[in-house]
Amino acid sequence: MPEKNLLELEKKANQIRVDIIRSLVEAGSGHSAGPLDMADVFTAIYFGDVMKYDPKNPDWEERDRFILSNGHICPLLYATLAHAGFFPREELLSLRKLDSRLQGHPHRVALPGLETSSGPLGMGLSQAAGMAYSFLMDKKKNWVFAALSDGEHQEGNTWEAILFAGKYKLYNLTVLIDRNNIQIDGYTENVMPLESMVEKYESFNWHVQEIDGHNIESIIDAINESKAISTKPSVIICNTIPGKGVEYMERDYEWHGKPPGTKGNVGEVVEALYELRTLGGQIASEHE
Amino acid sequence: MENKKYLDDNWQNEEKLDMIPTRNGYGEGMVAAGEMNENVVALCADLTESTRTLMFKEKFPDRFIECGVSEANMVGVASGLASTGKIPFVASYAMFCPGMTWVQIRTTLCYNQQKVIIGGAHAGLSVGPDGATHQALEDIAIMRALPNMTVIVPADYHETRRAVIASLEVNSPVYLRFARENSPVFSKIDAPFEVGKSIVLRDGTDVTLIACGPMVYEALLASEILARRDISCEVINAHTIKPFDESTLLASAAKTNYVVSIEEHQIIGGLGSTVAETLGENYPVPMRRIGMNDKYGESGTADELLERYGLTAERIAQTVLSSITEERG
Ligand SMILES: Cc1ncc(C[n+]2csc(CCOP(=O)(O)OP(=O)(O)O)c2C)c(N)n1
Ligand SMILES: [Mg+2]
Repeated sequence: MPEKNLLELEKKANQIRVDIIRSLVEAGSGHSAGPLDMADVFTAIYFGDVMKYDPKNPDWEERDRFILSNGHICPLLYATLAHAGFFPREELLSLRKLDSRLQGHPHRVALPGLETSSGPLGMGLSQAAGMAYSFLMDKKKNWVFAALSDGEHQEGNTWEAILFAGKYKLYNLTVLIDRNNIQIDGYTENVMPLESMVEKYESFNWHVQEIDGHNIESIIDAINESKAISTKPSVIICNTIPGKGVEYMERDYEWHGKPPGTKGNVGEVVEALYELRTLGGQIASEHE
Repeated sequence: MENKKYLDDNWQNEEKLDMIPTRNGYGEGMVAAGEMNENVVALCADLTESTRTLMFKEKFPDRFIECGVSEANMVGVASGLASTGKIPFVASYAMFCPGMTWVQIRTTLCYNQQKVIIGGAHAGLSVGPDGATHQALEDIAIMRALPNMTVIVPADYHETRRAVIASLEVNSPVYLRFARENSPVFSKIDAPFEVGKSIVLRDGTDVTLIACGPMVYEALLASEILARRDISCEVINAHTIKPFDESTLLASAAKTNYVVSIEEHQIIGGLGSTVAETLGENYPVPMRRIGMNDKYGESGTADELLERYGLTAERIAQTVLSSITEERG
């Protein structure tokens, strides 16, 4: 990928992070760590030329499907969909408010671009598998993407779906896991160890890749590799830093479910936004 | 006449009451239960702080079991623990447990007769901004339908603590439901509590208001508003939905001949249904169910949602007024 395009994508990811922080601060509640750490992955999916969709025609039959299983990172999905043109960016400031289309957890019928409602963990992969199965039945080309968290791999339902997709060789399914190592009660390996995720998926007959979830080029490469596999479902374990982009949040599980600052008291948030806008001082700050 | 044994002396003056979420009573009740009985253990599924299981964990770290995000597993493990003599408390948000664990509860706890105490946190609309996916409004219905299950919805923080301790004496599974938001602590610290025995908080002659959970306080305030319109309300705290105290309700209905149920739950299957079944079979009088009217909730602050769905004292009073006017002219 040309250097310039890559920088554009990195900037896009950070604009999305800025919008996440804005919407969370305005909402006064919501999750920070996961949305920030998956921003590079979502940017790669929606802007890296790997997924077919049409914001002007969200119900387009030939669109690929994107399923968000860990619904609590929806501030990221909302910001990404707004950047992709599904609805106006200003609407991001209505997050979690009465009468908003941006519900605290995604509500499929409320907002264009959403393929499912989620919130209770562990249910997304089954739905993605059902979609993939249906497309294979009908010999359709639509691809299915699903984003899952690491924490929801503690749910039995997730493993039931992994078995199912492995059995039916759902090769038109690409799963991206937010391997940020945190959940609410602490670090995943203390709360309920998940390792080795690679070996587990492999033994369930999946194609497994493990990548740096903040390297947009490798995310796109991994997705393209997953699409070249025609014998099994694919999983891409994206190693991420929770709270990525906001130094005071990074790696700290305390930020799982808190907004970046309280409404009207945004001192440190402004600092965070500056860091993000300038890609940590690499580029000139953009005013927006 | 007011129930002076139960009501805080300042109950009419909301500003003077402490504001504490009912879930805190669960945490403190568990600690007390742990001190009373060394077989008490607590399990949680990655929500240790917000369910207040943390209080127990800090006091008895060796008797706390972290299950990760695996509610169905947690219930099964609790059943196994119970079968070997432990008294397990399991907690999550009500949406996830019992929401995602119904058949495990049915088979391994109720059918098996294993005594496990289930704490369903963040129930009702009061989780607010999280939205409909997290607002458990059907949990009473699915728990109440199970043979051998006891269902308790305590009205305030003190009552939750009392309910936890009383649950120790129940020799079958218990479901305790509580809320996230602060709510007024309007009961006395040593008010009576008996599983299966509703409490009349205020005597009245025109209409019976029967409520559970934090809605009990709203019902009391509604009775004040209605008193100013010369409507005398009898207010009942139906903290135990199952086994239901039929005689307290029937005695009240015999006086007032009009019953209104109030709950932060669907009007299908919860307290309202319990009341309707009881009246229908024993003493049919006109009644009205106030609650979620076969709808999902949505994001908003707890106050905004309670207002929108007619669950504030003011809105309850209006509904009562208009329905008795309709009924009696
Ligand atoms: C079935 C279910 N149980 C519990 C929860 C509450 N919950 C929300 S997020 C979360 C943490 C799970 O860890 P992960 O998804 O990895 O979160 P993150 O990395 O974003 O902090 C939990 C337990 C839920 N949403 N669904
Ligand atoms: Mg995680």
